Amino acid sequence: MLAASLTLAASLVAGCGRGEEDSSSQDPGVTKDSITIGGIYPFSGPASAYGDIATGAKAYFDMVNDKGGVDGRKIEFKTVDDGYEPPKAVQASRKLVEQDKVFALFNTLGTPSNLAIWDYTNQEKVPQVYVATGASEFGADIKKHPYTTGWQPNYVTEAKIYADYLEKEKPNAKVGILYQNDGFGKDLSGGFEDALKGSDVKVVAKESYEVTDPSVASQVKKLSTSGADTFLNVTTPKFSAQAIAAVAKSDWKPLHILNNVGASKTNVLAPVGLENAKGIVSTAYFKDPEDPEWENDAAMKEYKAQLKKSDPKANPNEPFNVYGWAAAATMTEALKGMKEPTRDALMKSVRNMDTKIPILLPGVDVKTSGETDGYPLEAMQIQQFDGKNWQLQGEVQEASAEK
Amino acid sequence: MAEFIETVVDGIATGSLYGALALALVLIFRTTGIVNFAQGEMAMFTTFLAWGLVEAGLPIGLAFLATLGLAFVIGALIERVIIRPVEGGETLTLVILTLGLFIFINSAAGWVWGFNNRAFPNLFGEGNVDIGGVSISVESVGIVAVLLALVGVLFLFFQRTKVGLAMRAVSMNPESSRLAGISVGRTLMIGWGVAALAGALAGMLIAPRLFLDVNFMGAVLIYSFAAATLGGFDSPLGAVIGGWIIGVVENLAGTYVDWIGNDLKILVPLLIILAVLMVRPTGLFGSPEVSRA
Amino acid sequence: MKRVVPYAVLAAVLVAVPFFFSSYRVGQFTLVGAYAVAVLGLNLLVGYSGQISLGHGASFALGAYVSAILITDAGFPAFATVPVAAVVGFGAGFLLGLPALRLRGLYLAILTLGLAVATPQLIKRFDGLTGGTQGLNVDQPTAPAWTGLADDQFLYLATLAFSVVMFVLAARLVRGRVGRALIAIRDNETAARAQGVDPARYKTLAFATGSLYAGVGGALYVFSIGFVAPESFTLVVSFSFLAAVVVGGLATIGGAVFGALFIEFVPVYAGDVDEALAGVIYGAVLIAFMYALPGGVMGALRKLRGKANQFGRGRGHAQQTDGGGAGGIADAGGEPGGGVRAG
Repeated sequence: MLAASLTLAASLVAGCGRGEEDSSSQDPGVTKDSITIGGIYPFSGPASAYGDIATGAKAYFDMVNDKGGVDGRKIEFKTVDDGYEPPKAVQASRKLVEQDKVFALFNTLGTPSNLAIWDYTNQEKVPQVYVATGASEFGADIKKHPYTTGWQPNYVTEAKIYADYLEKEKPNAKVGILYQNDGFGKDLSGGFEDALKGSDVKVVAKESYEVTDPSVASQVKKLSTSGADTFLNVTTPKFSAQAIAAVAKSDWKPLHILNNVGASKTNVLAPVGLENAKGIVSTAYFKDPEDPEWENDAAMKEYKAQLKKSDPKANPNEPFNVYGWAAAATMTEALKGMKEPTRDALMKSVRNMDTKIPILLPGVDVKTSGETDGYPLEAMQIQQFDGKNWQLQGEVQEASAEK
Repeated sequence: MAEFIETVVDGIATGSLYGALALALVLIFRTTGIVNFAQGEMAMFTTFLAWGLVEAGLPIGLAFLATLGLAFVIGALIERVIIRPVEGGETLTLVILTLGLFIFINSAAGWVWGFNNRAFPNLFGEGNVDIGGVSISVESVGIVAVLLALVGVLFLFFQRTKVGLAMRAVSMNPESSRLAGISVGRTLMIGWGVAALAGALAGMLIAPRLFLDVNFMGAVLIYSFAAATLGGFDSPLGAVIGGWIIGVVENLAGTYVDWIGNDLKILVPLLIILAVLMVRPTGLFGSPEVSRA
Repeated sequence: MKRVVPYAVLAAVLVAVPFFFSSYRVGQFTLVGAYAVAVLGLNLLVGYSGQISLGHGASFALGAYVSAILITDAGFPAFATVPVAAVVGFGAGFLLGLPALRLRGLYLAILTLGLAVATPQLIKRFDGLTGGTQGLNVDQPTAPAWTGLADDQFLYLATLAFSVVMFVLAARLVRGRVGRALIAIRDNETAARAQGVDPARYKTLAFATGSLYAGVGGALYVFSIGFVAPESFTLVVSFSFLAAVVVGGLATIGGAVFGALFIEFVPVYAGDVDEALAGVIYGAVLIAFMYALPGGVMGALRKLRGKANQFGRGRGHAQQTDGGGAGGIADAGGEPGGGVRAG
């Protein structure tokens, strides 16, 4: 009976399919005086700390809009929460694309969330640009995913820079690695091991942890007894702090290399105690808001003033805010570079850039070249913590993720 | 051998932290007959209060005591305002209510304090003591001592005080307790207050080790569930011993059994629980007649 | 004939949905269908047999991965993976149900919780099969040309068809001999035994069946989302399902739909109200819901219907099987389920 009524109902409505979307040649989300772009961030759930990135990005777009927008178009930045859950990211992307009719997705956050939506965005030919993850997938396969691109120096690039550093500074280093057991941790630690092939630097121990673990103390303890004299710390901020504290408490005095994700002075080093972080080596690609070196830097002053204006509650020393600011600056340049206001023109602009972004370190430039190089940023600079501040070391180094 | 002992001692210290929160879970279960999923978040919230008091310049000892008092009041208020209207209803309705409370507190705390790491002062200070050739941190010794003291106080409370006895009566049979002239409502309120106090203590002991952020109790809660289950869900002493066993086993497995790996470490305590429950279905110290939830 | 009319109206409404909503909304409703099947499975276990599982997300993940792997690696047509997910889910649930024979209530709940916690790690462990942290991108089913439907409409209707079958089967199950036996065991195991019901057999069966539903729900989820990764199957999933069971109404069939609607839509709307306060709002709504409708949506509907039925002879049969539901979990001495006497 149920089946019969189903068939009946189906035949009643059959044929009255949904009205087609408006068929003008204009791409959605762009009008004479506005461009709507959408972002997906974890404003709730365990990864909520990353939500600050949206704050920094919004501040930059506010500034652009105050100055009249891009070619007279104001940038409207819509954000949706996905709680760092891939199924929610999928729905958020559909909402932004199908309901809010955004022109492009910008800076959607997280490796799993972006992997979840990139087939969809490319099928719909919606730009998914400057994703907020350093996973090397985003840029490795431009042919298959022409509408997706990364932004920050990817984890493999970062790993190569650490490997180079060790080969020069400590050619016989015995390395113990602590890494987060997910795409990020495996990309970076795997990239590091690949980069070491043929050198005398050896990885002698590897310990993983889960984001759901309470603590990494026991992993650090095992590394400390492994005979390693160098510690590669591939962790997210909370665990970075725990690991630094665990090393400080032990008798282990390795050369400590801390990945960029965990290198915030405010969030990580200060809670552990700055004196415990002395000597730690890391990398940077944008200017550190806490570094006195940039106190009078025009870009830094502009950032701090505008952030205060856009969101008085926001902490300017929070590196995620700078990150969002810099990504938004890059996005604005890409929008400016469009020959016409279409999605394809945006991708063309994104794929062919050579631009300086003032808040990035001097020498770290946005460079892409068509389909051969899909990674906008591929340079970082080694920095070392002197007990008070990060000190930049040597020159900016480039390292390509391409194998 | 020294390494082995060190690993065990380390495990006991970690296990004490699980045990401390498990104790809070057990207290709620004993009084209200439900598992309180929000227990960890309540502890997180009160730990933030303690942090705020210390930041405001209160001496650390005083801040801790004030927080314990605040926690008791908050716990009692939660029972009175949020739990009471549905008390005596379907157990699962109450459990889902605490789940809602979990989400609410976690998100509200993030809104107030943000999501970043904070250092939390350590009540016991730094340094090590030498016990029989094994070097143990003062903090570990302090944690174990505080926890044992709490169990002792709770034991006296349940066995010797009128309120404590009333609490046991209410948990066993609310209806006849009421007939016997016990104010069930007030007793439950006190039960929640004491549980929140134990949770606050747990939070303040744990925060110096894990750093304080709004999610720091989430992972601990899982291990505390395991500890309470292993010990028997209605036994405070069981919760503590359960915590120790889990802490030690987890540490030993992580150190000596490589093939398990860090990723599946959590399964080790669970397998032990499974084995124990097969022999004793209500945990090591649980009373068999309790068959709620 | 009178009894058929409401069902026909309901069917017409459900079928009409994709023609009146945007593709995004239709996608949401499709996912609700997948969730509803999984929630129904959990309700069979928790509501009817009184065994609490916090590990339902693990079976859901299993079904999702079985489907995803068969589609991507073995080239299965999407819909053909549903029966396989069902069988695998059933088998896994059977194994899970074995410890349940010995354990009760809370102790069982915590053990299953452990399984849910370990699910993402297990997925990563078997990365050769599951794609590990990379996850698996799965091609979603597309509408055959002859239907004249958009892909999202087709997927919705296909999911609806699967869901309807699962719901009808569940309704038949709980109203038949198995359902009566489960309720009898839940309400008083000793009495049930005395009546010749074998508790062990039925408890295991409840676990296996609940897990079968989770498996089917997982497969439908894959069609709807097109992606699986370890991060998709955290503890949140299991907790959401349990919340959905209670929101919909314990020991009801229709409740699963309301529960699934709740866990899909309330967080989204909470986020629309205020991003920063989404969790505060969601938590508050969940709490308020437990106050307002402690027996879930179906409990409230039943009360309404009970009032209406005082004026005439109600459909006693349907009421009876649903009847004992909400009472039984808290204490073994609760009101006996309506079905026992009928058996």
